[in-house]
Amino acid sequence: MAMTEQEILAGIGKIINEITGIPAAEVTPEKSFVDDLDIDSLSMVEIAVAAQDEFGVEIPDDQLKNLKTVKDVIAFIQG
Amino acid sequence: MKISQGAPGAKILAFGHYQPSNVVTNDDLAKTIDTNDEWIQSRVGIKERRIAPPSETEIDLAVQAGGKALAASGLSAADIDLVIVATCTLETQIPNAAGRVAARLGIDAPGAFDVNTACSGFCYALAVANDTIRAGSATNVLVVGTEKFSPWIDWNDRATSVIFADGAGAAVVGPSDTPGIGPVVWGSDGDRSDAIIIKDRNSFLHQEGQTVFRWATTALHPVARQACERAGVDPADLAAFVPHQANLRIIEAIARKIGADNAVIARDIVLAGNTSAASIPMALSRMIERGEVRSGGLALLFGFGAGLTYAGQVIEIP
Repeated sequence: MAMTEQEILAGIGKIINEITGIPAAEVTPEKSFVDDLDIDSLSMVEIAVAAQDEFGVEIPDDQLKNLKTVKDVIAFIQG
Repeated sequence: MKISQGAPGAKILAFGHYQPSNVVTNDDLAKTIDTNDEWIQSRVGIKERRIAPPSETEIDLAVQAGGKALAASGLSAADIDLVIVATCTLETQIPNAAGRVAARLGIDAPGAFDVNTACSGFCYALAVANDTIRAGSATNVLVVGTEKFSPWIDWNDRATSVIFADGAGAAVVGPSDTPGIGPVVWGSDGDRSDAIIIKDRNSFLHQEGQTVFRWATTALHPVARQACERAGVDPADLAAFVPHQANLRIIEAIARKIGADNAVIARDIVLAGNTSAASIPMALSRMIERGEVRSGGLALLFGFGAGLTYAGQVIEIP
């Protein structure tokens, strides 16, 4: 069964917390990775790798740069 | 036909290293490009690097490092019958570096060749040195990693200019009754040759940072572990882990994943930048010099970089 947006958001929040130390509660759909969460390009790669393990969806590097907000990643994972 | 008889094993007798004297700090770079100390340290872990002046060539760097290794080994130039230089930054392809380095060190008529596997070059060259001694093709081998990246860098490109630097490291390898160099695990991925590239003789080095970072932090730790397995060494028994000094975050990610829990982790990049084939021997040479690792302990060397190529082996620290 497909995961809900809330379930994916919770999963992404946990991943971002583990990689960057940012509290999961701060990871909300509207947040921009670079401008709001101050996450750099290498941490984005780590997040993409962890997201692949968690959700089984590969996020290639050429797609990664188009994913600006948490919402963008949720949409990508939902397909 | 007769065939040669080699030594039962080979071991590293000594290391040596050399850095140019000119220190370039992150603040120095921030004067000319849009970057700052915090940005560089958080992404690659580098505080400063050394850049050679135009008058100091990669051959000069290699001669300095090689001479120190030779002096520390207790051997003389006459004892060396093979010189292997790992480098990917020669100004021209002809002649090679190894012959010139040998001549400058007074090593008479050795076998002399270069290895270009970029940042994994030292581990490739060390593996070949080990094999030649065990096969009887050489008795004592001088292995040098030397790089002068500065002429190949676009100093307006903040993605590469903050990372790459100049330096050299060397090792003298000789015969041994017991093995001091473990089996090499090496490989390549030519499908991703564009990820780190100098496209032609008029181009600067280009790197797809995210691609390389993803590869290095996800694909390589099983290979590094395999190098331990093939040597019959538990990663927990390693005294040192000396990966190529590419990026502090890559170094720490691989170290975490291989379980080298009791090893001193080489973090030479902080004060040296990324010196490609020079980084591993330079890092270990400096760790030995500072007394951070003891003689007889086991170290895992692991190189990876342009090609893409990788190689690693366990060694006994001289």
